[in-house]
Amino acid sequence: MRDFSYLRAGSIDTARQAAALPGAMLLAGGTTLIDLAKCGVAQPDTLVDITHLKGLDRIEIGEHGATIGALAKMSHVADHADIKSRLPAISEALWQAASAQIRNMATIGGNLMQRTRCPYFRDPANFSACNKRQPGSGCSAIGGVTRGHAVLGTSDACIAMYPGDLATALVAFDAAMHLGERKLLVDDFFLLPGSTPDKEHAIEPGEMITAIEIPGSAAARRSTYLKIRDRQSYEFAAASAAVGLELEADGRTIRDLRVALGGVATKPWRARAVEDALKGKVLEPEAVRAASQLSVEGAVDHGANHYKIELAPRVVARAILKLGETA
Amino acid sequence: MTVHNIRVGQSKRGDASDGTLAEAIGGRLSRVDGPAKITGAAKYAVEQQLEGLVHAVLVESTIASGKVRVIDAAAAEAAPGVLQVLTPDTIISLKTAADWFGTPPPDKPYCPLARDITFSGQHVAAVVAETFEQAVAAAALVKVSYDETPSIVDLSDGKAGDGIPIDAMTKEWGDASTAFASAPVRICAAYNTPREYQAPMEPHGLVARWEGDHLTVWEPSQWLDGMARTYAEWFGIPFGNVRLVSPYIGGGFGSKALALSHGAVAACAARMLRRPVKLVMTRPQTFTGYGGRAATRQTVTIGADRDGVIQSIVHRGVNETSMDGMWVEPLGSVTSIMYATPNFSSKQNVVRVNSVVPGAMRAPGENPSAFGIESAIDELAYEVGIDPLEIRLRNYAEQDPHAKKAWSTRQLREAFAAGAERFGWARRSPEPRSMRDGNQLIGWGVAAGTYPVRRAYGEAVVRILADGSVEVESSSIDMGQGTYTILAQTAAETVGVPADNVVVKLGDSRFPRAGVTGGSRLAGVMTGAVYKAATSALDQLVGLAISDPRSPFHALQANTLVVANGRIASPRGDGPDVSIAELLNSVGRDHIEAKGDTMPANSTAEDRYKNYTTIAMSVPHTEGDYSRHSWCAHFIEVRVDEDFGTVRVSRVVSALDSGRLYNPKLAESQWKGGIIMGIGQALLEEGIVDRRHGRIVNDNLADYLVPTNADIPDIEVISVGIPDLHASVLGGKGVGELAIVGIAPAIANAVFHATGKRIRDLPITLEKLI
Repeated sequence: MRDFSYLRAGSIDTARQAAALPGAMLLAGGTTLIDLAKCGVAQPDTLVDITHLKGLDRIEIGEHGATIGALAKMSHVADHADIKSRLPAISEALWQAASAQIRNMATIGGNLMQRTRCPYFRDPANFSACNKRQPGSGCSAIGGVTRGHAVLGTSDACIAMYPGDLATALVAFDAAMHLGERKLLVDDFFLLPGSTPDKEHAIEPGEMITAIEIPGSAAARRSTYLKIRDRQSYEFAAASAAVGLELEADGRTIRDLRVALGGVATKPWRARAVEDALKGKVLEPEAVRAASQLSVEGAVDHGANHYKIELAPRVVARAILKLGETA
Repeated sequence: MTVHNIRVGQSKRGDASDGTLAEAIGGRLSRVDGPAKITGAAKYAVEQQLEGLVHAVLVESTIASGKVRVIDAAAAEAAPGVLQVLTPDTIISLKTAADWFGTPPPDKPYCPLARDITFSGQHVAAVVAETFEQAVAAAALVKVSYDETPSIVDLSDGKAGDGIPIDAMTKEWGDASTAFASAPVRICAAYNTPREYQAPMEPHGLVARWEGDHLTVWEPSQWLDGMARTYAEWFGIPFGNVRLVSPYIGGGFGSKALALSHGAVAACAARMLRRPVKLVMTRPQTFTGYGGRAATRQTVTIGADRDGVIQSIVHRGVNETSMDGMWVEPLGSVTSIMYATPNFSSKQNVVRVNSVVPGAMRAPGENPSAFGIESAIDELAYEVGIDPLEIRLRNYAEQDPHAKKAWSTRQLREAFAAGAERFGWARRSPEPRSMRDGNQLIGWGVAAGTYPVRRAYGEAVVRILADGSVEVESSSIDMGQGTYTILAQTAAETVGVPADNVVVKLGDSRFPRAGVTGGSRLAGVMTGAVYKAATSALDQLVGLAISDPRSPFHALQANTLVVANGRIASPRGDGPDVSIAELLNSVGRDHIEAKGDTMPANSTAEDRYKNYTTIAMSVPHTEGDYSRHSWCAHFIEVRVDEDFGTVRVSRVVSALDSGRLYNPKLAESQWKGGIIMGIGQALLEEGIVDRRHGRIVNDNLADYLVPTNADIPDIEVISVGIPDLHASVLGGKGVGELAIVGIAPAIANAVFHATGKRIRDLPITLEKLI
């Protein structure tokens, strides 16, 4: 039997130090970690339980933006009245994720550490090749069942899709994470697979996510998260878009636009080309649809996931136009 | 040792809105097992806590075709807590058991662990350890090496070929090909359904314990006597030495009717170690350890005149089976009876692929068959420009077109009428793409469904106890469909006691026997058996009351007495009025017991054994003068977001003919369950195979999608059935499987109406529509 040790951290610093040791992993809500341990992917030597650390579940929100503690539960953040009114895309991304039971357990920090749903990654017994699990072993997904795999940000080593919703919304609004000593943009936290798909996050040993900071903006206030999926609930995105919109005083010209895509890329995918193409332009359907095509520039399909290249721009366009309709 | 007792009084009464007393037959009594389930008091089979219990975990093949070269179990054997590693070389030898038809098996040994690999996920070894965690960890240490050979992945594999013709499936009359060739309107299309999985919430598993030559198995089961027979034959022990206990079943949908290889492994381990063994499949193993619904391909051609009257139907079907097992999914079953046609031809092949042998899943045969014919007739309706409901009425089969016999009852016309009225079908705009709400295209579709009345025999014991309560015993089971409840209602009404005073005991093979709970037959079989046993018990009770010198009624010299609400009185009310308990006390009896069965009178013990442990004695639904079936008509509204290709079902109205309903509340619940499962089949469910590995990759409930509450709208079901005494003793026809039949084509037809796109490959996922 595989034994592991369990450590209940007394403070953030002890948690960080303990988690820096080889084979150690932080345990918060456990909804990802225990799942991955059951399918043989995660094999921690030490679990460092941080669930009882005080002060890490606070949600503070004002004009400047919001700061959300890493241990805040997904459901609490989704239901927070000020998050709903000032950062609707964040609330919408959260309540459309996972199931009610998981949202009640899972934390914001853990959510950002969520790993891919690639079936080859998750089944070591049957598929030994996975560069994410075992660097250099190859990629079983390429040439296999790819309906749920990424079309953007892929490499020859890995095409695994980043499955999360929250991070997509965070990236759209330039959110940053507190990692103890330093702050890091969420966009920079997630790494492209390149030749090292095992290295998913720009986090160093001894660092721990303690909070997320989301700058306030007019675009964040007028924002939405549109998630398209096969099943209406408890299902990952076929394609999703986090969009924020600010119009000029004329009510027609786009002053600020934020667009990020989920369900189509190897990391939360900011679509700056769409933003740049539309900023300063009058918001009208044809221009929005044309610009939304830029969201999948450079996309490469692997057969069964081709539909994502068609779908993603339509999701982006619908989200922008929907925001345009709301006064 | 727990056998579950259900006393009706533990549950809340249903309402009696239809005017029938809730606890009488036909009343809306709520599920009597409900409170135990929702409070967690219900103890499922694998929750047995036995002294000395150890745990077995399976090791499965990671290739789809080839041979096991060597199993290196050294590391596993050395792991903490490990008691034994079972491999084909170390497991005890079993005898081959008869199949479910009772066909005498070949005289060769049976090994539930494979050396020759014919599918990915086949059991090759098992590890038994003191704890579950130890067994899991050690199973991962078993190293299996293989000599791999090329596999045939599925029906579309180039190596699959045309398969094996199944002559017994051929149905022909008239001259179908000539009539088709000369028909003024001809349509021809191919319809495909993928592998689908039963995905019960409770995974398969068991606890096995030997005491000498006696084996007790706690295992979720749709067929205690059939599974007990299989275990007995495997181990070469008398049938009576095996006890199967299955008090509750957390969903079966056809998958829990047979003893399977994992059960053999656990029972072998228990025998070898002389310890009780528990083995529960992991969720991924439930996708490879036994079969779901076979993938199917059908071609349906219809020749018709310009008024849409069918002249000919030519139907060809194929389903997959495994390399070493045979599963036939009867694809012509609905095709051959739904519509009147003077010329008809249906043939079927099966194709061997490297998969576990497929199995029964809710309405095997009728379900995919209806997807073909009910899509095809919809295509014909548009071809000739006739309303899809009207064309079904125009081709209405007034008798069974295949058996050429009268229907026992067929309330399908009434179902079409009632469903259309409630749905508002008359307001439908006929043109595809003509109904819209913002970004959403709206489509209305209709399809019919049917399921045969499968009949068999059952027996039951009814006891009237000293306290006046009534006890019912049967080895039949309740997997959520309501057996506990309707048998309580049947006994209560027949004996004349409140349902509160009835205890129903099910799920133990020591009880009076029952055949398989499958093919929607159990309610008809068991209400009949309980009715007969209860009538006989009542006769004994009244007989005692009249004739026993100690009875208060003795002096009355009555011919009969009335028993109602637990009390006995004379019909005219002119004598004593005593409770059943008082009567039994006065005549010095502590109970009355009667066994009842529905077997033909001259049945031998051998007949009975065969009836309860095989399906060889099922009575054909076309026996005698009638053809017996349940019927339904589904009306469905979908909303399709054309930009995204997403289909959402927004309205369902189904009208169904299951004959007399023993409990409308429970029947409606089963119908709705079938409809929900049909929505999953239409839009979500598909086992996806990696063609290089021959292995299903979405082998879990996050990736194999079944509907969530958010996917299901309000569903309205309407009963249009009338009692059918040709179908069963009390007039009911099948309920459980009926409603899923026809849902997928109704949705596909609605999608066509919404979008103008005809999707002939299930499921209808978004990439097929964008």
